[in-house]
Amino acid sequence: MSNSIPEIEDCPFLLCVGTNMTECHPIIAVRVKKALRKGARLFTIDPREIPLAKMAEGHVQLRIGTDTYLFNAMAKVIIDEGLVDQEFLDTRTEGFEELKAHVQKFTLSEAEKITGVPAELIRETAVGYASAERAGIYYTLGVTEHICGVGNVQSLCNLALLTGNLGKRAAGINPLRGQNNIQGAGDVGALPNSYPGFQSVDVPEVQAKFEKAWGVPMDPDKGITKLKALDWAVEGTLKGMWICGENTLVSDPDVHHTRHALESLDFLIVQDMFLTDTAKMADVVLPASAFTEVDGFFTNSDRRVQRLRPAAPSPGEAKPDWWIIAEIAKKIGTTVNFDYSKAEEVFDELCDLSPIYHGLSYARIDKGTLHWPVPTKDHPGTPVLHIGEFPRGLGKLQCVEYQPPAEVPDDEYPWFLTTGRRLATYHTNTMTGRAKGLSVLAPNEWLELHPMDAEELGLKSKEWVKVTSRRGDVLTRVKVTKASPPGTMFMSFAFPEETPTNYITNPEADPITETPELKVAAIRVEKAEAPDLSDFDPMFQTKKRH
Amino acid sequence: MIRPPMMTIDGVEMTFTPGDTVLEVSKRVGSKVPHLCWDERLDPAGSCRLCIVEVEGRRNPAASCTLPAEEGMIVVTETEKLRRMQVTLLQMVLSENPAEISSRNVDVGKTELQLLAEDFGVTRNRFLGAVSNRSKDDANPLLKRDYDHCIACYRCVRICAEVEADFAITMTGRGFGKEIATPFDRGLLESTCTLCGQCVYTCPTGALADHKMVGQAAKGAPAEKQTITRSICPYCGTGCSIDLHSDGEKVLGVTPALDGPVNEGALCIKGQFGFDFVNSDDRLKKPMIRKDGTLVEVEWAEAIEYTADKLRSIRDEHGPKAFYSIASGRAPGEGGYMLQKFQRAVMGSNFIDNCSRA
Repeated sequence: MSNSIPEIEDCPFLLCVGTNMTECHPIIAVRVKKALRKGARLFTIDPREIPLAKMAEGHVQLRIGTDTYLFNAMAKVIIDEGLVDQEFLDTRTEGFEELKAHVQKFTLSEAEKITGVPAELIRETAVGYASAERAGIYYTLGVTEHICGVGNVQSLCNLALLTGNLGKRAAGINPLRGQNNIQGAGDVGALPNSYPGFQSVDVPEVQAKFEKAWGVPMDPDKGITKLKALDWAVEGTLKGMWICGENTLVSDPDVHHTRHALESLDFLIVQDMFLTDTAKMADVVLPASAFTEVDGFFTNSDRRVQRLRPAAPSPGEAKPDWWIIAEIAKKIGTTVNFDYSKAEEVFDELCDLSPIYHGLSYARIDKGTLHWPVPTKDHPGTPVLHIGEFPRGLGKLQCVEYQPPAEVPDDEYPWFLTTGRRLATYHTNTMTGRAKGLSVLAPNEWLELHPMDAEELGLKSKEWVKVTSRRGDVLTRVKVTKASPPGTMFMSFAFPEETPTNYITNPEADPITETPELKVAAIRVEKAEAPDLSDFDPMFQTKKRH
Repeated sequence: MIRPPMMTIDGVEMTFTPGDTVLEVSKRVGSKVPHLCWDERLDPAGSCRLCIVEVEGRRNPAASCTLPAEEGMIVVTETEKLRRMQVTLLQMVLSENPAEISSRNVDVGKTELQLLAEDFGVTRNRFLGAVSNRSKDDANPLLKRDYDHCIACYRCVRICAEVEADFAITMTGRGFGKEIATPFDRGLLESTCTLCGQCVYTCPTGALADHKMVGQAAKGAPAEKQTITRSICPYCGTGCSIDLHSDGEKVLGVTPALDGPVNEGALCIKGQFGFDFVNSDDRLKKPMIRKDGTLVEVEWAEAIEYTADKLRSIRDEHGPKAFYSIASGRAPGEGGYMLQKFQRAVMGSNFIDNCSRA
């Protein structure tokens, strides 16, 4: 996030895009509700009528996957109606004339046809956003999990740049991260293109820095992404994989492909708290401690580095992740230092090597008040990014073309399927499924569809259906709800023991980030009998192992 | 420069922002004004009247939570007269409740009402009479509703409306017939409740309780034996602060951290009630190696040696780009740092990612 979470309540205009915030980030939604109580205006953009939409002044219920078209049309409104922040454009951005020419074809009437949103509502949203003294954009995977995810983000960022809503308090461009430490995982350098602190691996000076720190030569080439790695496994060029705390088999799109990839490996290590479906495929399973059992840190969405402390011992012989990895590294035999006596030493080494964490220590993150970058020991942290300057100097307005989803409905697969999370189930349910009582809100998977679609298919709530895409099929129950727009249905992926949804999702990915288009697949839906799962495991599509 | 407005509380001159209440200013002075219906996250209700103060020039004491600070105001928060009135108010509140104090005092920690009763040295005996409230059966597995201990401060109703905007509960009836109710009294699961637990931990009396903490004292882990450890919620990327209650062996429950910088005490169903996966019986307790097609538990020494041998041979036979590491987006960051260092400095390539792409 460019801005911090507490600032949200002082933001007078909130544009929430592709974020089912009350279910997926409920406590950020609490800040939004506080802002509303202070008189803020809220507009939501989402194909579904999510709970947040009911609190909004306007809900832009766009046809799924038409985000870029909508944002370009909004940019045109802002430019045509003279609502740009000219001083900001002149001093802090480049590419305005190109963008102005580019968006001419994205007229309101065309946008209405493509996105399905009334032209007047698009205009009202754009004018509202651009006219506010300060305005914040908040988005999640509804924007990024598309084959054009980068284009979606860029065309959305254009709106903030045009209106000068970056580099100031209670505004900005704010992606809400979906997992507790997903920001931290990138920060520490668990990325194929950067060392800790987003220092590029292909810059010779940076390589030299890490060669000096660790005392061995560094690979000068960028690595490949996880999705590509799974492809390489299928091709046979990748022989082994170490998966820490991820239920890849269940969470990734196209389970047939993922299974094939993991089965193709000569050697798979899974390090986890539980024998997940992914761990069941491993050659070695290593028991990891839980967050309640170790010292450590999580970095949240607003770049706040926060401290974990042990509250109870690990069960059996489960160990902290860092300990397991260091022990194996030492056993392989290396001149690189892997002698650490406690987590704090690991953190200190990270801070030493990472400019954005350089001023941090366990003592300084004790109260969780610092947002990176914290370059020095006396730096107060950076709740608001991009004040005065962007990392590249000037902010670049991007001319993005509209690209429809990789799959759109046809005669054979006539419906859109989109996926996401529900309030009481998190990801593949490895954690929420083991927390007592949570299942009362979501006991099983269901396919959400609009009453009109249900009527056309002759379906009632709780009936079973077979949902088929080009990649596979799953069985699930039906829930008839107006939250789903006609033509677009919704599922989560939290119940693999009954409905492994990712058998049907689409692995086609954005070419830059290689983030798959989990938000869009074309499906067929047919009435089905309730499955007999007494001896069948739908995840592995085999008899249950007893 | 315009001088900010000033007032005097307990002899201390204080500046304030127009709109501040006298209670808010008195807290900045450090005055100990008692209250039951006040929660800093909520609009003041002024219903318990415990926060009365004396204001120079006014005949009667006023509830400080609803009294706007004014230029030149002179306020005293502790006098014999105020204390007498506060004692009477507390005695009346207590007299409506059953003789047994709420079990939350021993399961989680003393409630605000219990602390005040002890502080003022009062019991329920002075105004003994009818007890106005009654308990409700509620089928949900997380929130216990025991309105015998309700004092009608409506903090639960207000937090549900003002903070959560869920509007799951409301007050019905008048006087002794007053009740906290769901629509048609059908229970929380048939209301708009999201089971976030906000009502439980704003409740100052223990009329609401967290089922995961109920009975901890009886099970041998009373509040005074619990350790409380500040931690961070392991679910979405918001980063809410939580306090873990532990008996030294297991995590028993979570209470919201009012001073958590992101959440300021707010939590959702996952943060409040979703912690106990860590206690699950099926946690992995030993390393396992696949032998003859089956995963078999082994000692750490064997697992480390076996894994190291395999990794060394993959690297030496197939090169640094034949092995890939995926770091967790949920586990603590030290593990992610270690894994990328391992992949880069031991395996020799940048073949590392985390689960942010899918």
